[in-house]
Amino acid sequence: MPSVILNSEEILRSKKAIRRKKQIMFLFAAPLLVFIVVSFIIPIASMLYRSVYHPVVAELLPDTIVVLNSWDETNDTLPDDEVVAVFSRELHLLAHERKSGSVAEEINRIVPGSASLIKSTARNFKKVTLEQLPISHAELVEVNIKWSDKKIWRAIKASGIVFTDNFYLTALDLKRNASGDVQTRDTQVYVKLYIKSLKLALYITLLSIVIGYPLAYYLVTIPTRTANILMICVLLPFWTSLLVRTTSWIALLQTNGVINSMLQYIHIINEPIEMLYTQFATIISMIHILLPFMVLPLYSVMKNIDPSYMRAALSLGAKPLPAFMRIYMPMTMSGLAAGSLLVFIISIGYYITPALVGGTDGQMISNIIAFHMQSSNNWELAAALGSLLLLIILIMYAIYDRIVGVSNIKLG
Amino acid sequence: MKKLLFLFSLVFFSLNSFTEKKLTIVSFGGAYGDAQKKHMVDPYVKKTNTRIVFESYSGGIAEIKAQVYSGNVLWDVVDIETVDLERACSEGLLEVFPFNQLPNGEDGVAANDDFFPDALSNECAVGNMYWTILYAYNEKTLINNSADKYKPSTIADFFDEKKYPGKRALRKRPQVNLEWALLADGVPVADVYTVLSTDEGQKRAFNKLDSIKNSLIWFDSWSQAPQLLNDGGAIMVQSANGRIYSAIKKDSKPFVMVWDGHVYDLDGWAIVKGSKNKESAIDFINFSTGTIPLSGMQDVAYGPTRKSASSYLSDAVKNQLPSSHLKVGLKASSDFWSDYGESLGEKFNEWLLK
Repeated sequence: MPSVILNSEEILRSKKAIRRKKQIMFLFAAPLLVFIVVSFIIPIASMLYRSVYHPVVAELLPDTIVVLNSWDETNDTLPDDEVVAVFSRELHLLAHERKSGSVAEEINRIVPGSASLIKSTARNFKKVTLEQLPISHAELVEVNIKWSDKKIWRAIKASGIVFTDNFYLTALDLKRNASGDVQTRDTQVYVKLYIKSLKLALYITLLSIVIGYPLAYYLVTIPTRTANILMICVLLPFWTSLLVRTTSWIALLQTNGVINSMLQYIHIINEPIEMLYTQFATIISMIHILLPFMVLPLYSVMKNIDPSYMRAALSLGAKPLPAFMRIYMPMTMSGLAAGSLLVFIISIGYYITPALVGGTDGQMISNIIAFHMQSSNNWELAAALGSLLLLIILIMYAIYDRIVGVSNIKLG
Repeated sequence: MKKLLFLFSLVFFSLNSFTEKKLTIVSFGGAYGDAQKKHMVDPYVKKTNTRIVFESYSGGIAEIKAQVYSGNVLWDVVDIETVDLERACSEGLLEVFPFNQLPNGEDGVAANDDFFPDALSNECAVGNMYWTILYAYNEKTLINNSADKYKPSTIADFFDEKKYPGKRALRKRPQVNLEWALLADGVPVADVYTVLSTDEGQKRAFNKLDSIKNSLIWFDSWSQAPQLLNDGGAIMVQSANGRIYSAIKKDSKPFVMVWDGHVYDLDGWAIVKGSKNKESAIDFINFSTGTIPLSGMQDVAYGPTRKSASSYLSDAVKNQLPSSHLKVGLKASSDFWSDYGESLGEKFNEWLLK
């Protein structure tokens, strides 16, 4: 048999053809790629960057930061009078440009209560000429006595650092003290919220398995026609708006709601039970919303399992339960893994439902991220909290991969 | 084909010329938004033929900040609470408003004297109404355990679980709640913010809230307040006065407002920095803060910011306006909350988790 050897021209041509094919394939994927880069990768990258890059004060008070750098803040003295002169000049300028508020907000984050001090001082400076600005501590303290506090100067210096890990420290309930050591903050809130959100997501995932697994099993055992009708019932929550679903749970669970009135009517209870605004309400309404994510992968996997395996096991003398545990269950693992991952990851970032039905217990890590985005305007801290959440999910995913094996996951 | 193209371009260009004078105004929606639409936006459209997009948002300065920072300013005029106004203005997110162009009152008094001083105290906005946060109870569901059958009348009653057992609903945030806790604990109105700026004062406020923590329900949006009161989820709720007022007036609900310790504040119209329609935005604000449009806010029991508007108020509503109860009220301090909003927000969340 003569071996087929391509001459160089043919090799070139085939390479060209392959390249062309690749280019066409790339063009097919291009819209998706552009979409992912624009709507996903760029925002996440900018969020990560924002959580460590913090130039506001360094940009607005550049000279003050430079002269403050030579001040040893661990020493128990105020910075030199020169700092006051430079600072006054820069604040005077900021007051005229109406930007003193941004500086005030940054310093206030380190020393709560200093925003009004900086803003009122700026208003004061706006009224005077450059020559009348204070050039010494004695003169500045006359404007406002609070300027004699070393904490504020320390805060100005600290907020002048452009690349900082402070937001991550805060997100872990830590802070740096005057001498630069890391210690716990007075307010302990974020770690607790992370743990609480993780716990809740875990409960919801486990309960979804408990409810979803038998349901999926039942769906594959009944005739297709009945199964289809029941499947529609499972999918129904998907077609209803999230808010409608959540508010209908409010109507069901509230003190004088459907469930309580019914139970009272048939004399099972005499006093209404408090169900709304509890963790129970959060869990039940979130399971309702997330159950399809568990049932669908399970169903599609179970559908493809040949029932003769179970029959074989039983006819070979296995008891039903061990047969189920050792034959059937391992074959559904891929669907179970996919469902659990979906439910867990979706529920950890949820916040509308817990906020509406959870009451005091409805405070999740995502609520506090929203709080820092919307009302406290601390976007840097929100970015740090979000990045940590992302990191936690990635770690969970890695652990999960170790235990279950991501290649085993089957979505259908 | 050519003909079609021509037609298209014709339609397009004519549309374009219509949209030339366009203004985006953003406010809070609900009954309040309806009142603004009826008394401010619609009459202005009729008068000037401006195309107005009237949208709603839920407060805060995040959206304004995002628009200004990205240079893509979509909003022209915003209805902003003074708490947010303070920060937005000092961070340069809003235009400075030319007060000298404001029209005289309907009675001829110059704008400067006609407006209440609070309404023009910030250089970036013109106050457009007084509103307040108070608590209300439902006459039908309230249980009174005490021998004297007094109805709740003070802030202390709100914190008295023994006398009035049942759930109380508050908005899930530190604002107003901490002020009330101190008032109920006996701090005089004038000292509330001074006390609250100290560590001990903050502890005292949280301790007072702690005493009724188990009967508290938290909501996230003002619209939930009358809802909770109505369906028995709570016997007392914190609410914006306008929402309770319209529930009583429009839906004849058996609600009663308690004015003691109400925390009142202003809203104002402001122009977002870099608005492409600054001229018409100024024109709209000048128009809508005139005596007649302002007096229209009585529809939702929010008080006008001009003295001249009081002669246009119906007698029935006068008693329901925050301005008639200033003696028992507390003015919300925007300075205090821009200083302590974030740190108390964290502490509040910490307390919730306990």
